[in-house]
Amino acid sequence: MMAQLVFYVFAAVLLLSASMVISARNPVHAVLFLILGFFNAAGLFLVAGAEFLAMLLVIVYVGAVAVLFLFVVMMLDIDFTRLREGFQRYAPLGLCIGGVLLGELVMAFSNWRMAPAGVVAPLAVDPGLTNTAALGTVIYTHYVLLFQACGLVLLVAMIGAIVLTLRGTPTGRRQNIGRQHARTREETLELVNLPLGENVFEHGGFLRPKGSYYEIAVPGSYGAGEPDKTETEEKGA
Amino acid sequence: MNPAIASVGLGPYLFVSAALLVLGVFGIFLNRKNIIVLLMSMELILLSANLNLVAFSSAHGDLSGQVMVLFVLTIAAAEAAIGLAIVTVYFRNRGSIQVEDVTMMKG
Repeated sequence: MMAQLVFYVFAAVLLLSASMVISARNPVHAVLFLILGFFNAAGLFLVAGAEFLAMLLVIVYVGAVAVLFLFVVMMLDIDFTRLREGFQRYAPLGLCIGGVLLGELVMAFSNWRMAPAGVVAPLAVDPGLTNTAALGTVIYTHYVLLFQACGLVLLVAMIGAIVLTLRGTPTGRRQNIGRQHARTREETLELVNLPLGENVFEHGGFLRPKGSYYEIAVPGSYGAGEPDKTETEEKGA
Repeated sequence: MNPAIASVGLGPYLFVSAALLVLGVFGIFLNRKNIIVLLMSMELILLSANLNLVAFSSAHGDLSGQVMVLFVLTIAAAEAAIGLAIVTVYFRNRGSIQVEDVTMMKG
């Protein structure tokens, strides 16, 4: 009885927040309702006995995906009223297709019977294990290749997202690896014996004679204050 | 069958999942111009699939469904990251995220 009550509360809030996601005027509100919906879906997972996935849903969706959405929505300066154009125009079509889909799903579910048990043998898992431990025993044995493939998918997604959004900024300071490695100790380091009571600034400062960071920077990447290339070449000669 | 889902039954889970799917599809039609809400609707659809998988996994007492949810979650996260990266790049280049303008990218 308690489980039923909890289920219906979670389900009602989930469906309400889902409908707010698609109808909210402000996309920031839509993202916040999406977060609420994920929390309630996690509650439904808990009722179904999938504790690990419920926590994973909260961590991955609420903690990462929804916050990513929130960042993008708030970072992009978008005229959202313009995006609302056509809201009325597409609503009847959407309602038609949604209604047909819902009708078909209800028909399918009402005429559907579960196959008798034993047609497909379930994976044998020790019933004494907790949900997390049982999932671990399955993932790392039976589904290990798929699990690795998931890691590859995430790697590719990460590289793709970085490559898509990375741009060479003119102010970015990059190292010329070749020059850095070709430097010798004499070019970079000078030992000075300071008389008592004097400091290094009276002798010209730390970067005094031995060039500077510019020499190991990629040309053009050091930004303001970088000497002309000809100047440094003359110095070197 | 898990005792908690036995008291609720599989039917309500399937109904909630179906309603969530329909809401997601409806959201795609409703927000044709706002690609961010479009992506959120896709997340709703994936969530309904996850709910279905968890409900069946729990009802059958078979953990395979929950493992599949793990994989769907991975794909959804990757898809959201790539999609939002594309939105960001598109906005940087054009100053808007009008979905209709995306046809200009061809060629």
